[in-house]
Amino acid sequence: MLYRENGQFKTSYAADQQIFPILQDRWAIGLLLLVAFVAMPLLGSEYFFRAILIPFLILALAALGLNILVGYCGQISLGTGAFMAVGAYAAYNFMVRIDGMPLIVAMLLGGLAATVIGVLFGIPSLRIKGLYLAVATLAAQFFTDWAFLRIGWFTNHSTSGSVSVANLNVFGIPIESPVSKYLFCLVVVCVFALMAKNLTRSAIGRQWMAIRDMDVAAAVIGIRPVYAKLTAFAVSSFIVGVAGVLWAFVYLGAWEPAAFSIDRSFQLLFMVIIGGLGSISGAFLGAAFMVLLPVVLDQLPHWLGIPISTATVSHLVHMIFGALIVFFLIVEPHGLAKLWSVGKQKMRLWPFPH
Amino acid sequence: MKFKPLALAATLATLGAASFATPAVAQEQYIPLLSYRTGAYAPNGIPWANGKQDYLKYVNANGGVNGVRIAYEECETGYATDKGVECYERLKGRGASSFDPQSTGITFALTDKAPIDKIPLITLGYGLAASQDGGVFKWNFPLMGSYWTAADILIQHLGEKEGGLDKLKGKKIALVYHDSPFGKEPIPLLQKRAEMHGFQLNLLPVTAPGVEQKATWLQVRRDRPDYVLLWGWGVMNSTALKEAVATGFPREKMYGVWWAGAEPDVKDVGANAKGYNALALNPNGTGYPLIQDILKKVHDAGQGSGPRDEVGSVLYTRGMLISMLTVEAIRRAQEQYGQGKVVTPEQVRWGFENLDIDDKRLEELGLAGVVRPIKTSCDDHMGSSWARVHQWDGGKWVMGETWYEGDKSVIDPLVKEAADRYAAEKRIQRRSADDCKA
Repeated sequence: MLYRENGQFKTSYAADQQIFPILQDRWAIGLLLLVAFVAMPLLGSEYFFRAILIPFLILALAALGLNILVGYCGQISLGTGAFMAVGAYAAYNFMVRIDGMPLIVAMLLGGLAATVIGVLFGIPSLRIKGLYLAVATLAAQFFTDWAFLRIGWFTNHSTSGSVSVANLNVFGIPIESPVSKYLFCLVVVCVFALMAKNLTRSAIGRQWMAIRDMDVAAAVIGIRPVYAKLTAFAVSSFIVGVAGVLWAFVYLGAWEPAAFSIDRSFQLLFMVIIGGLGSISGAFLGAAFMVLLPVVLDQLPHWLGIPISTATVSHLVHMIFGALIVFFLIVEPHGLAKLWSVGKQKMRLWPFPH
Repeated sequence: MKFKPLALAATLATLGAASFATPAVAQEQYIPLLSYRTGAYAPNGIPWANGKQDYLKYVNANGGVNGVRIAYEECETGYATDKGVECYERLKGRGASSFDPQSTGITFALTDKAPIDKIPLITLGYGLAASQDGGVFKWNFPLMGSYWTAADILIQHLGEKEGGLDKLKGKKIALVYHDSPFGKEPIPLLQKRAEMHGFQLNLLPVTAPGVEQKATWLQVRRDRPDYVLLWGWGVMNSTALKEAVATGFPREKMYGVWWAGAEPDVKDVGANAKGYNALALNPNGTGYPLIQDILKKVHDAGQGSGPRDEVGSVLYTRGMLISMLTVEAIRRAQEQYGQGKVVTPEQVRWGFENLDIDDKRLEELGLAGVVRPIKTSCDDHMGSSWARVHQWDGGKWVMGETWYEGDKSVIDPLVKEAADRYAAEKRIQRRSADDCKA
C-alpha cells in the first residue's frame, strides 16, 4: 500500500536509469542521509561515534571494496587485510616523508599503492580459480605481514614497529573530534558507495558479473578476462586501501601490522558473505552485523543489570554470534541484502498478497 | 537501501538504553579495568585481572579510600587493539580514574587519546619505554620499570654472572622476541649495550602469538649463543621452553623478561624448565601481610575474583600492585584536593606524578620487602626501576638475592632522545617548569 510504484512513470532515459527508480526509495535514502549527516552529529555520544559508527563506516567501506571482487567478479580473496595494510602504510609514508602532504591526497595515494599491490597479487587469478585463488591471495597477507614487520623503512625505522599519525586535517579543518572524524568517514564512504554503485551498473560492472557467472562464456562473447579480472582487483584494492588508511589514521591513530592480520581478512569476507554477495547494501548490512552485534551482545548483561563475569560474557558473545551466523546462512544463503529485498517484494503486495 | 533507518533505529535504541543504564557514580571513585580472560593470552590475563580486582575489593572491605568507595567495571579486550580502544571509549565516559591497558599495542593506541581525554595511563613494567619522560608524556606512567630497564638489568645480571660487564666481550646473546611492539621495544637498549660491551646481539623474531618457533630454535641451534633472552608473552613462553628442551639449549642460559616469568609460562613444561631464569618485578607467594589480609578479608568472605590458590602467584601479585598504586595515587590526590572526596582523572594524574611510597608506607601497606620505595616526579614517571631475577626450580619460582636498578647513565639519554623524537613527530611542546609544579 505504502510501498508501491504504481503511477510512477519513467518518461526519460535518465529517469529509467537512476539508482533508485522508486520514489519511496529515494525518500528513504534522502531521509537516511539526513539522519546520518545532520541528526547523528547532533544526537550521538562520543562513545557512539568512536566505538560504533566510525568502525562501522570504515569496515563497511572495506567490505564494499571486497564485495566488488568477491561478489561482483567472483574472485575469492583472503588478502583484504593485506591491501588495507598496504594502503595504511603507504599513506603513512607519504605523510611522514613529504612535508605538508594533505590528508586526502595521502589517502588516495595509499589507495593507489594498494591498487598496484592488488593487481600484482591478482595476476594469478588469470590462471587459477576458486579456492585455489583464495590460497594464492593468502600469500599477499603473509607477504605484507612480513614486510611491514621486518622492513624498517616502511615504518620509518620506528624502534617498536608501531607507527602513529597526529594532527590530521582536511582543508585546514582539524580531524580530531569524534564528530569531525565521523563526518569525514561518512563523506568518504558516501562518495565511494556512489562510485561503486555506478561502476557496477556500467559496462565494466557487467563484464565482472559475466566473468563471475561463467568466464568461458564471457570470453566467448568478447569480454577479455584479463582486463575484467584485473580491473576488479584494481578497483577493489583501491577501495580497500582507502579503508585501510581510514582504519589506521582515523580509528586507531597508532597501529602495528597486527591491526591488519589474517583475522581482519576473514572478518571482512564473512561480512560480505553474510551481508550478501554482489550487492552494495550487503556490504553495509554485513558490516553492521559484524560490528554492532558483538558490541551490543557484550553490553547487554550490563544494561539489563545481570551480573555475569566478563569472561562468561565474552564466551557467550562468541557462541551466540556464531549461532546467529549459522542461522542467517541457513535462512537466507544469499545474505541479509537478499532478505531485505524479499522483504521489499512482500511490502509491494501488502496488504493484499495473492 | 532502506535497511539503514532500521539499523540506526536499533542502535539509537541501544544508545538510549546505554545512557539510561549508566551507573550513578556520585560518591564512588570509578576505576575501569581492561582485561583479557579469553583468547591466546588468557592464562596470563586471568590472574592479572583477578589481582587487580581483589585489591579493589580489599580496599572497599576496609572502608574505601578515606571513606570513598571504589566502583570498578571490567571490559574484555581479548588483547586486541581495536577491542581495547572500544572498551576504553565505553568506560572512559563514566569518570575513569585511570586505565591499565594490559597490552603494549593498546597502550600505543591510547597514548594519543589519553592527553585529549585527560585520563592517566598506567603501564606497570610495560608500554612505551620513552614515556618515562613525564615532560613529554604527561599522561603515561610506566611505573616500576619499562622494557629498557628490564633489558638493562638482564645485561647487568649477565655481566655479574660472567664476572664483570667487560667479560661480555665477544659473547653471543640472542634475543628471542614476540614480533610486536612489545618484543621490539628492548632492541635499541640492547644494541646500545652491545656496542658498549662488545657482545654480539642476534635478533630472532617469533611471529605472534608464538606457537610456531621451530625456525627460530633452529637458528639458536646453529648460532649457539651464550645466552638467550626471551621476550615473550602468553603461550610463546611455554612454547619457547619446550623448543629449548627439544633443541637441547640449556635452560640455565635462558633469561626471560618479567612477562615471561610467571607460573603459566613454566607450568606445562614443569621439571624440564628447571633452571630457567626470569626477571621479577615482584615476588610470588603468600608470605607477607597484605596478601594474608586479602585472603582473610576478600577470599574468606567469599568475594574472591578467582580461585584461592592463585592468590600470590606472580601475575596476580602484579595486578594487585597495579591496583595498589592506583589507589595510592587516588589517596595522594585526595591529600592535595580534599580528603574523602571523589577526585577527577586530572587530579589522579597529579597523584601519580607525586607518588611517594617510602619504606614506612610500604610497611603500612603490608608490602615491606616486597617492592622497593617508589617516588615519581614530573621528570621521572617511573618512580623506581628495581627488580630481581628469579629461577624456576621445577616446581616453584625461587627469588634471587640481588636487587638491580636500571643504569640511568645508559637509559636516560635514550629516553630523552626517544621522547624528543616523539614530541617532534606529534608537534607537542615539552612541559614548562610551571606545568610541572602545578
